[in-house]
Amino acid sequence: MTTFYQLLFSGFALGCVYALVALGFTVIYRSSQVINFAQGSLLALGAYMVSWFAIDKSLPFGLAVLAAIGVCVLVGVVFQRLVLRWVAGQPVFVIVMITIGLSIVIDASVSAKFGANPRLLGDPWSSSAVHPGGVTLIWAKIWTIVTVFGVLLGFFLFDRYSRYGLAMRATAADEEAAMAVGVPTRRVFALAWGVAGAVATVGGFFLATFPNQLDPSISAVALLAFPAIILGGLDSPAGAVVGGVTIGLVEELTKGYQPAHASWLGTNFYVIAPYVVMILVLMVKPYGLFGRAPVERI
Amino acid sequence: MTLLEVSGLTVTYGGAVLACEGVSLSVDEGGSVCLLGANGAGKTSVLRAITGLLRYHNGAVVHGSITFDGRSIIGADTSKLVASGIAQALEGRRIFRDLTVSDNLRAGAFSARDRSREKRVRDEVLQLFPPLAARLGQAAGYLSGGEQQMLAIARAMMAQPRLLILDEPSLGLAPLVVEQIGASLREIVAGGCSLMMVEQSTALALATTSYAYLLENGCVTHHDRTAHLLADERVRASYLGTSAGQAEVAAVTGEKAR
Repeated sequence: MTTFYQLLFSGFALGCVYALVALGFTVIYRSSQVINFAQGSLLALGAYMVSWFAIDKSLPFGLAVLAAIGVCVLVGVVFQRLVLRWVAGQPVFVIVMITIGLSIVIDASVSAKFGANPRLLGDPWSSSAVHPGGVTLIWAKIWTIVTVFGVLLGFFLFDRYSRYGLAMRATAADEEAAMAVGVPTRRVFALAWGVAGAVATVGGFFLATFPNQLDPSISAVALLAFPAIILGGLDSPAGAVVGGVTIGLVEELTKGYQPAHASWLGTNFYVIAPYVVMILVLMVKPYGLFGRAPVERI
Repeated sequence: MTLLEVSGLTVTYGGAVLACEGVSLSVDEGGSVCLLGANGAGKTSVLRAITGLLRYHNGAVVHGSITFDGRSIIGADTSKLVASGIAQALEGRRIFRDLTVSDNLRAGAFSARDRSREKRVRDEVLQLFPPLAARLGQAAGYLSGGEQQMLAIARAMMAQPRLLILDEPSLGLAPLVVEQIGASLREIVAGGCSLMMVEQSTALALATTSYAYLLENGCVTHHDRTAHLLADERVRASYLGTSAGQAEVAAVTGEKAR
C-alpha cells in the first residue's frame, strides 16, 4: 500500500506540472486557435532563467523565480506584438510554422548560452523530504503541488471574474464580434502570450527539480503534456488541469506497476500509456473530456 | 447637427475588389438612417469602414473621408471608436454563444464611454429588452433567434453609444419579433441615440428610420425620407424587383399613411 501512496503522490505532482504546461497551450489555443509549438521552449527558457538568476546572479530564490517569469512573459508578449500581430488573419498553418520557428530560436539560444550539460537549478529543497507513514514526500514535489494549485486558482479567478478574463473568453468565442463590441483583441492576444509565458516558467522550473535535472531536453516535455491537452479538450482550462493530473497519474502508476504485473508489455511502457489513454478517450469523446461541442439551440 | 459624415467613400478589398465607390451620407445627432440595397451592394462595407473593421477583412478606405463628431475616424481602432461613442451589432447577431447573457452584456461594456455607470446602464438596457432579464444566467446560445438579436443590440447599448449601428437586425426573424425590436429601437432613438442600420425588411426600415439611402452596385443612387424612398417606383423596381415585393411596400406604406 505504501508503494501505491508513493506512486499516487509522485503521479499527482507530475500531473500538476503537466496541467500547467497544458494550460499554457490552452490559453493560446483558446484565444487564437493556434497550437503554440514554442510552449516547450518557453518552459526550458523559464527554467534556465530561474537557474541563471539564482546561481549566476545570486538573487534570492523567490526573486529569481519572479525575474524568470518576467523574462518569459516579456518574450511571449514581445513575440506576439512584434511578429504575430502582422500575420493576424493568415491561415493558422502559417502561425503554427512561426511558433515552430520561435521554438527553434529559443532552443538554440538557450543551448548557446548554457551548453548541453545539466545545470543546478538553485532551488532550496534539492533532495530533502519528509516521511509520514513510510511514504517519501519530496519537498520539491510538495511545493510543486501547492504552487501549481495556487497558480491554477489564480488563473480561474482571473478568467471567471476579471474584466480581461471576460475579454479573453469573448475573444475566444468570436474574435470579430469581440472587436465589434470594443474588446481590444490585440491586447487580449498579448495577454494570452504573457500568461502562457508565466505558466511555462513555473512549470519548467518544477519539472527540473529533484529527482529530475535541468538540461535542454526539458523542452521536449511539452510533447508529453500533449495527451493531457487533447484528453482535456484543447479549449478548456479546466480540461487542461484534469487532463494533466490524469496523465501524470497514469504515467507514474504504469511506471510503478506495469513491469511487475504486465512485463510482456515490455520496458518503458509508461511512456506510451498516456497516449493509449488519449486515444481511448477520443474514441468516446472526440472533443476531449471538457472540450465544448458548440452550444446550439435546436 | 451632423454626428456622422461620410463623403466620397471608396472601399476596396485586397487592393483589387471594389466594394463601394464615392458613397456620401450623413447621420444627424438624434437622427435615424437606413441603408437599403440588394445583397452585394456594398452596405456592410460602408459600415465596416465606419466602425474600423475593414482591416480585419483585409479591406481599406482608398478614398473619401469619414468624420464622427467633427473628427476624422478613418483607420481608428474599433475599441477606441466604441469608447468614443460608436457601437454596433454585426449581421447574424454574433453573440458569444458559450457565455452567459450577463457576461455578453459585461463584454459590451468593456470600452463603454462611462464605465462607472455600468450597473445603471444594464438596468436601462434590460428595460428595453425585458425577455433578457429573466435569462441572465443562461448560455446565450440557448436563446431564441429573436432574443439573440435583442441581446446583440443590448450588448452594443452597454457601451452607451451616441451612434448605434446595426447590420440587418431583422434577419431570419418572425414579423412579430421584428415589430418588438422596432419598438425598442424607436425607444433608443427617442432616448437621444442616433441610429444607422442596414436593412432589407422594409417594415423595420419604415418603423424605425426617418431617412434612407439606396445603394446599388456600390454607389448611392437615391436618398430621401424613408417613406418617400420606399414609395418611389424606380427604387421599388431596382431594390425589390418582384411584384410580390411591391405589394409588401404598398401595404406597409399604406398602413403608415393611416
